[in-house]
Amino acid sequence: MNASTVPNTNPAPGATTIIPEEAAHFGRLAADWWDPRGSSAMLHKLNPVRLGFLRERIDAHWHCDSAGRHPLSGKRALDVGCGAGLLAEPLARLGASVTGIDAAPENIAVARLHATGQGLAIDYRAGELSESTAGEARYDLVTAMEVIEHVADPAAFVDALAAALAPDGLLILSTPNRTMRSRLAMITIGEGLGKIPKGTHDWHRFVTPEELEGLLEAAGLKVIDRSGISWSPLRDFVLSEDQSLNYLFAAVPASSPN
Amino acid sequence: MERTEVIILGGGLVGLTLAIALDAHGIASVVIDPADPAKLLEPGFDGRASAVASAPWRMLEAIGVGKLLAGQGCPIEHIEVRDGLSAGALRFDADSVEDPLGYMFENRALRIALYQRAKAAEYLTLLAPAMPVDTVREDDGVRVILADGRTIEGALLVGAEGRKSPTRDSAGIRSARWDYDHVAQIVTVRHSQPHRNVAHEIFYSDGPFALLPMMPGDRSCVVWSVSRDDAPAIRDLPDRAFLAEMQKRSGGILGDLEMVSPRSAYPLDFHHTAKVVEQRLVLIGDAAHGIHPIAGQGVNLGYRDVAALAEVLVEGVRLGLDPGDAQLLARYERWRSLDGLMVAGSTDALVHLFGIPGRPARALRRFGLGAVERLSPLKNFFMTEARGSSGNLPRLLQGMMI
Repeated sequence: MNASTVPNTNPAPGATTIIPEEAAHFGRLAADWWDPRGSSAMLHKLNPVRLGFLRERIDAHWHCDSAGRHPLSGKRALDVGCGAGLLAEPLARLGASVTGIDAAPENIAVARLHATGQGLAIDYRAGELSESTAGEARYDLVTAMEVIEHVADPAAFVDALAAALAPDGLLILSTPNRTMRSRLAMITIGEGLGKIPKGTHDWHRFVTPEELEGLLEAAGLKVIDRSGISWSPLRDFVLSEDQSLNYLFAAVPASSPN
Repeated sequence: MERTEVIILGGGLVGLTLAIALDAHGIASVVIDPADPAKLLEPGFDGRASAVASAPWRMLEAIGVGKLLAGQGCPIEHIEVRDGLSAGALRFDADSVEDPLGYMFENRALRIALYQRAKAAEYLTLLAPAMPVDTVREDDGVRVILADGRTIEGALLVGAEGRKSPTRDSAGIRSARWDYDHVAQIVTVRHSQPHRNVAHEIFYSDGPFALLPMMPGDRSCVVWSVSRDDAPAIRDLPDRAFLAEMQKRSGGILGDLEMVSPRSAYPLDFHHTAKVVEQRLVLIGDAAHGIHPIAGQGVNLGYRDVAALAEVLVEGVRLGLDPGDAQLLARYERWRSLDGLMVAGSTDALVHLFGIPGRPARALRRFGLGAVERLSPLKNFFMTEARGSSGNLPRLLQGMMI
């Protein structure tokens, strides 16, 4: 949801990745976003699992004590497609100075309100990634979780992420794979049974791990770690080798020694 | 307005241990208890003793409480179970002398060690005596208002007030309750023969009689269950007659008895709540499940709650999650709910089995003891399944920091 405008207005020049209908869809869900049993319940359940991957990569990248509570202390983090702050808030609690960007102004309004209630200072911005961070210092950590499947031009989106990333920075992405299993699980079952709001996903926009790796390499990045996320009735979501449903990538600039 | 992370209502053996376990991992808490610690520590206040099983003992050692209790716990190396005094005893042995079945502590000794450790804690504030008059749980956090007007804010509320938990009741969480119609008479005795670190449980048709070994080797704690109807008469017995009755029930296993503590009495019941979490609320210890002290599991069940909750919260904050996050509480609930019911249920079955009078029941009881042993693989299977979300015992129960 990397867009600068609300629907039915003229896209700003350079807003290459916006899909107005996508932004509007998530804007409508905004108010409900922080209810763990509401329309974003699946995302809430997914959160500890993807944070587990993130924490492990942070500790490895910056050689942090895994028992510490503020491994991102002194670091600047950018969460792209931040929604109402489900990921941005944990990044702030881990010590980062966080900027969150989202296409839907409704999301940003909810995110700001929620962060205030939690006593967290997060710089939330509604708009386009390349524009709202233009001319700024680059970020140590850039995250875009469950976002690339919603953008119009994945290649331009990945380029913009790479442009925002510091030379020694760390990029974390997560997204559903484009497989028959993901289609069955996320659209036929997930959206069909109402576990995921209808119209959240367009399966044809899903990106495979091979395609994403190609986009990252073209943008001057290299993938340093990857994991799948699978689901079981007993244990809910867990990290696994199986990337057929949903997967996570950690990437760094190709020139980085890491 | 004071701000913390976890607010624990109830500073008893379980609530205070949770606060210390969190402190050891850098999580801040405020413990609120209406009782005055100075009164609680008076010698005559609580003559009870607790059997701390070996896994919870490893946790107490890991979080710095164990060293304050050095030499005060009597190891239980064997348990002898008898059906009255007529038949032989069924004997359970510890695997080794180094790893006994558990340790018997005076509750007072446990309390003193916990207070001492709490005082040295960096992230723990104990407010006692302090009376909570109102608690508020909202989307963003929790608040507790005290009688003196102070307000404490936090991310998570923990109800650890024991079986009459007002937090549980005001959250509308109902608990299933069985009353045993029995009252436990508790007293510490000195005996003329050494206990040799053996716990005795003698089952009579009107209730079990237990002798639990204490330090030094010539003292034991008596837990004598009598029916509610008989309880007033027993309570009113002069010490001499009470002692004579205990002497008879003990069958002279430990020689001559002599009372060395005041007598106290506690009604026995069993309760279990189906739900142990609500929005920004967790119930632990007896607030969630109270069981008959017959197998000495009460405080251990609470310590298992502590170990699991501490692990869930510590791992959660290391991911940047709010300690009151619904996903963390859901994980805790999945982890604990079945274990609580299994332990409570099996102890309950044992009591019912031994509560039936008469000769046929005696045959059934003999069969029943065997059944308990045969059932344990099945029990283990369910326990392992229940722990599926983490794959094993909480780290603290293995003696490791999280």
